Amino acid sequence: MLTLRDVHTFYGKSHILHGVSIDVSPGEVVGLLGRNGVGKSTTLKTIMGLVHPSEGHINFEGREIAGWAPHRLPPLGIAWVPEERRIFRLLTVLENLRTGLDRPGVDQARQQALLDKVYGHFPVLRERRDQAGGTLSGGEQQMLAIARAMMLEPKIILLDEPTEGLMPRMVGQIREIIRVLHEEGVAILLVEQNLPLTLEVASRVYIMEKGQIRHHAPAAELRDHHDVIRQYLGV
Amino acid sequence: MGIPFDQIIIQTVNGIVNGMILALVASGLTLIFGIMDVVNFAHGDLVMLGGFTGATTLALTGNFWVALLAAAIVVAVIGMALQATALRPLIGRDPLTTILATFGISLVLQKYALWQWGPSARKLLEPITGQFKLFYLEYPWYRVATALLAAAIIGSLYLFLRFGKYGIWIRATTQDRVMAQAMGIPVPLVYTLVFGIGAAMAAASGVLFGPLGGVTQNMGADFTLRAFIVVVVGGMGNLGGSILASMFISLLEAYASLVVSPAQAVIVSFVALILTLLFRPTGLFVPTPK
Repeated sequence: MLTLRDVHTFYGKSHILHGVSIDVSPGEVVGLLGRNGVGKSTTLKTIMGLVHPSEGHINFEGREIAGWAPHRLPPLGIAWVPEERRIFRLLTVLENLRTGLDRPGVDQARQQALLDKVYGHFPVLRERRDQAGGTLSGGEQQMLAIARAMMLEPKIILLDEPTEGLMPRMVGQIREIIRVLHEEGVAILLVEQNLPLTLEVASRVYIMEKGQIRHHAPAAELRDHHDVIRQYLGV
Repeated sequence: MGIPFDQIIIQTVNGIVNGMILALVASGLTLIFGIMDVVNFAHGDLVMLGGFTGATTLALTGNFWVALLAAAIVVAVIGMALQATALRPLIGRDPLTTILATFGISLVLQKYALWQWGPSARKLLEPITGQFKLFYLEYPWYRVATALLAAAIIGSLYLFLRFGKYGIWIRATTQDRVMAQAMGIPVPLVYTLVFGIGAAMAAASGVLFGPLGGVTQNMGADFTLRAFIVVVVGGMGNLGGSILASMFISLLEAYASLVVSPAQAVIVSFVALILTLLFRPTGLFVPTPK
């Protein structure tokens, strides 16, 4: 469904991605691991069209999307949950969600059904729907960021470090929502530092180092190969 | 030295009327700055273009309100065309390039107006001619109507931004244009729409101001300057702040002209600008500077 082939990305003159190739199949949860600063977030931003690759191909369901304007990607079924969450701080929770709802072909009944669905998963968002997004706690903001992406009814979610800085209880909720999304057939490209979580929810894992994919294996295999993990992740 | 009470009242009314027209110009300017970081040096020239379009329409139709509407629509379309052709290609570049671009637009609009309408001033005929007694003055109702109409237009803008799909799009883009794009909001289109709204508000101010001060091809610079002072004093990109600052500056000038000549009274707005930049550069009417 999503294919990156030999993608190179620059920030100004610094070469960040050195030929990254990744595949994600429909409905598959794929992990992208690596230390800080190896280019994981840049990979997601490059897919999202926020950084333009200088070389290489990004293909989504048969369409070459490299170089597309970012706002053309959500209609195809691509959603992004950034590392910094990027909640619209002065918009209410409901207005944050509505940024993903007011799109062509979604009537009011469908909008309400989608809202009810995320409120079901994240009851706290219903309670706080008229509160400004910026007043939510870190964990609640993360839920809102994921819920906002779900409003787009995506086929794939690019999920960037959803558990970063969260309490263990919140991490449990994130794990649960990833499971639900997976059951609904949504593909997820998951960037994480939380190794146990990634190995648990992902079917395959890519390991990045210095802007390149250094290792690629089924998650089950990595669980038994601590040497690989130690070599690239130092844990 | 005592200032008579009636003069203070008169100057308060004057200050509010001038402040509302200024607020109408400044809200457009601050909206455009807030969303795309463009300081629009052609904003006053859109006021001028609105005034002339209104004058021409008024001459053709004889109806002031039709002229007001026509000017707003025509200048909104011109504004959107200018944004799409001259400013859209500069998105993401050095802010200096947009300053030069809007300055260029300003010169072109002025020269166009000179060619199209000539150098002499046009005065629009006010649609409301009555007067009421304000102490020793016959105060025109039209001036009061102007303030009310400006307030109504700003109020509609607020409601438009607060409720509805496009309002959410504009506010989301103002706060985080990257995330707005990632949510599928067509940000380049939102920019053009906002520029059109700002231009329409400028044009409406031009028509409303027409019966008070007349329309000339070089009136724009004064409006740009005054709106710019207000936007800085109110906090760049802050709509409520700009409106409060418009009232503040206009009242300040009105009261100052009680003691000095009106030409000297303008100095107080520059003093307010300098003091704001020195002591509270994020603006006087913003909640708490970060």
